[in-house]
Amino acid sequence: MNRREALFSLGSMAAAGGLASRAGAAELKGFPKQTAMSADHLPTPARSGGGFQVLKSETDQKTVKAVFDRLIPADDFGPSASEAGCLEFLDDQLSGDYGAGKALYLEAPLSPENEEEIMGAPQFLSTPRERYETGLKALEAYAQDTDGAAFHALSPDRIDEILTGLEAGEIDLGEGVNGQAFFELMLQNAREGYLADPLYGGNRDMAGWKMIGFPGARYDYRPYVDRRNEDLGLTPVSLIPND
Amino acid sequence: MANERPKADVVIVGLGWAGSVMAEELTRAGLNVVAIERGAWRDTSTDFPPAVDPDELRWHTRRELLQPMSVETTTFRNKTGQQAAPVRNWNAFQFGWNVGGAGTHWAGMSWRFLPWDFQVATQTAERYGQERLDSLMAEGLQLQDWGVTYDEMAPYYDRFERIAGTSGKAGNLNGQKIKGGNVFEGPRDREYPTPQLKDTNWMSMYRDTTEGMGYNPFTIPAGNISQAYVNPLGVTMGPCTYCGFCDFHGCGNFSKSSPQACILPALMRRSNFTVLTETEVLHAVKHEDGKTVKGVKFVTRDGEEGFQPADVVCITAYQMDNVRLMLLSGIGEQYDPATQQGTIGRNYSYQTCSSVTGFFSGAKMNPFIGGGALGVQIDDFNGDNFDHSELDFIGGAGIMGYSTNGRPIANMNGIRPGNKRWGSEWKEAYARDYQEVANIFCQGTSMPTRDAYLSLDPTYTDRHGQPLLRLTFDWNRNDTSMIDYTTKKAVEIMREAGGEDIMVDNQAEASWNPYKQHSSHTIGGLVMGSNPATSALNPYLQSWDCHNVFSVGASAFPNNGGYNPTLTVGALAVRAARAIHETYINNPGPLVEA
Ligand SMILES: Cc1cc2nc3c(=O)[nH]c(=O)nc-3n(C[C@H](O)[C@H](O)[C@H](O)COP(=O)(O)OP(=O)(O)OC[C@H]3O[C@@H](n4cnc5c(N)ncnc54)[C@H](O)[C@@H]3O)c2cc1C
Ligand code: SF4
Repeated sequence: MNRREALFSLGSMAAAGGLASRAGAAELKGFPKQTAMSADHLPTPARSGGGFQVLKSETDQKTVKAVFDRLIPADDFGPSASEAGCLEFLDDQLSGDYGAGKALYLEAPLSPENEEEIMGAPQFLSTPRERYETGLKALEAYAQDTDGAAFHALSPDRIDEILTGLEAGEIDLGEGVNGQAFFELMLQNAREGYLADPLYGGNRDMAGWKMIGFPGARYDYRPYVDRRNEDLGLTPVSLIPND
Repeated sequence: MANERPKADVVIVGLGWAGSVMAEELTRAGLNVVAIERGAWRDTSTDFPPAVDPDELRWHTRRELLQPMSVETTTFRNKTGQQAAPVRNWNAFQFGWNVGGAGTHWAGMSWRFLPWDFQVATQTAERYGQERLDSLMAEGLQLQDWGVTYDEMAPYYDRFERIAGTSGKAGNLNGQKIKGGNVFEGPRDREYPTPQLKDTNWMSMYRDTTEGMGYNPFTIPAGNISQAYVNPLGVTMGPCTYCGFCDFHGCGNFSKSSPQACILPALMRRSNFTVLTETEVLHAVKHEDGKTVKGVKFVTRDGEEGFQPADVVCITAYQMDNVRLMLLSGIGEQYDPATQQGTIGRNYSYQTCSSVTGFFSGAKMNPFIGGGALGVQIDDFNGDNFDHSELDFIGGAGIMGYSTNGRPIANMNGIRPGNKRWGSEWKEAYARDYQEVANIFCQGTSMPTRDAYLSLDPTYTDRHGQPLLRLTFDWNRNDTSMIDYTTKKAVEIMREAGGEDIMVDNQAEASWNPYKQHSSHTIGGLVMGSNPATSALNPYLQSWDCHNVFSVGASAFPNNGGYNPTLTVGALAVRAARAIHETYINNPGPLVEA
């Protein structure tokens, strides 16, 4: 079929049925349903206000803040994780599908040693939310045990020392908590919060994007593709509607 | 059977790339086609317009367009004898599960395989002697031709490129080599539908460097199309805006070749086409004689079971599920690595890859200017484009300098070696290196072995209680030698380009596992060929065991080329669909005598 024929056949098919009903004159009230954005594909912004949903315990909040602000401290390159909203980001993520591990395959049996050997990393039947709940308690218990103080009360240097030990797999957080994997989870989430669209509660004022020079939710770089080795000076934009 | 639907001429299982290409051919030929798709309806203006698409967390980090492991996953082990474990978290396999399949969120690199890739066994023997082939086989490789040659495939590649609007520049027009295109490609009889994409800063550096080294750089043919285009189905596409939110994302500009942008607008208007969405096929149901099937059993999202009768069943559910559905339907015999009997699950392989990262002090790479398929490649060390007489392997890799994206979460570990991934040290490093980093990727061939195969898992099941597919795979010696060699070439290029603090990630350095890999290109398990003892499908993608079952996907590849798979999948889909409506329908039976 050549192009003219193809166009012709499209036209006649549309007239014969299917879309024809939509194409006719109609009195429209509101957005035509067939072209509306599907509800499940609109982004869900982070909840604002109402306090924490998952990290309800004050100690947990303080522990995670102490960790996140050493993972991403305030300095010349930008605000700290908590100043940038990473705790709100985390709580919001943990309260939704991600926290519930909705995408994960969590069927038993789990044979931890075999799975770790085969996959090269520990595997879990617990959800991210559950891992925070147990992990933060274990961190607090560890600090009480080794330093006789709350985790959040430790000095920045001491927290760095503990984080370094966790990262290297040298600190045992006790039964049921894999310290190294928990460190990786927190590191991942803290940096996600710092670098995701501010719509999700973190990256406040697009601080993370400004740090690296990422222009954000732009969608057309055709005017810039030929420019070589230049600071394009593009101010970032976010998916949050401007007022 | 309860809830039996009216009979169709053809039922298509999985409406992704292969399924929609086949449905288009078959409905245009007048056949009544019902497609059954596990995922939901997704479309450009409703689901990923520009106001929704540039969202890294949602689409790339959380992978919201992909099929979750809770729906179905695979189990994996390196070798027979180990207890396979289920792949619980996001990993190298990135299955689609919406109308459009992985064709919605793919990157768009749009390659024809090399003539050599289709005939590795024959051409190795011809060029290097039968002894060389015999010794590779004795080492455990299971090399076999495809039963189809590049020349036979060329018209189908052409058809798929026209539908997809592929951008690129010919390097071999009817045998005439053209500088600036890929001079190693098989002959094509016309130019690409749209011109090649533009170079980014890093691409022009990579092009100049490789050209200076005497290689033959060219722009990667892309399903990110470069200008407005109307395809043969009458569907209009728009130019790619280099938005950099491409792979794992949909495209809001109708510029990424995809079933949504290229086929569905025409297909959905045809009265002889129906698609059942959010409906999963459980398996095909055989006739009493076992020689043909009567249709497929399915279950809807709400748990209602039903039956779709059809004269022909096309399984186009992506490589892994193609194999699994054959096993769940009891079509053909499970491959056994101990005896090499059986063909279903045979010749599984992957893609042997490495990447080389370098840093350029003071550079402004502006990595956010990107496209899923945006890059410059050399094929001087791909396939059999270079002499292997003195080398201890066959095959090779495409070596590309790419500009696919600058997504900040995905790249947050792209910092100079020796820097911590956290604290002020990370912030300082990332603030600097985000603009200074550049990457080269070696995408290599993979040769099948006797030991690598797919089968049903004895322990783990999916949400419907059906066994998961079990993968038994590890790298073979030939392929690790190949990637060592090509990675060294990539390091030389990076050095020559001026890259410092070079880091190498050779994915084949340690035993394979799905969390360490980055490629979704998994192939084989239901391979085509001209010998029913070593292939599940004949050269028309028709089952040797049940003649009204056809299956198209990368599962049909007996070995992997040093390229992404989809153009070859699409071309095979056109070929199989034409065989069905031109020949099979009028005269049902094996298209090739066993
Ligand atoms: C991130 C990413 C980037 C990629 N980039 C490239 C690239 O640059 N170049 C390239 O060539 N390839 C690329 N690919 C690969 C490409 O997406 C696939 O090769 C291509 O989509 C395969 O087509 P298919 O028809 O076999 O499968 P799909 O397009 O995935 O379609 C299969 C469909 O079957 C459905 N299905 C599965 N099981 C069932 C069932 N039981 N019942 C009903 N429906 C079912 C699925 O939901 C899916 O929609 C990429 C893939 C990914 C994930
Ligand atoms: S890079 Fe181009 S093809 Fe890819 S999503 Fe953006 S506009 Fe579409």
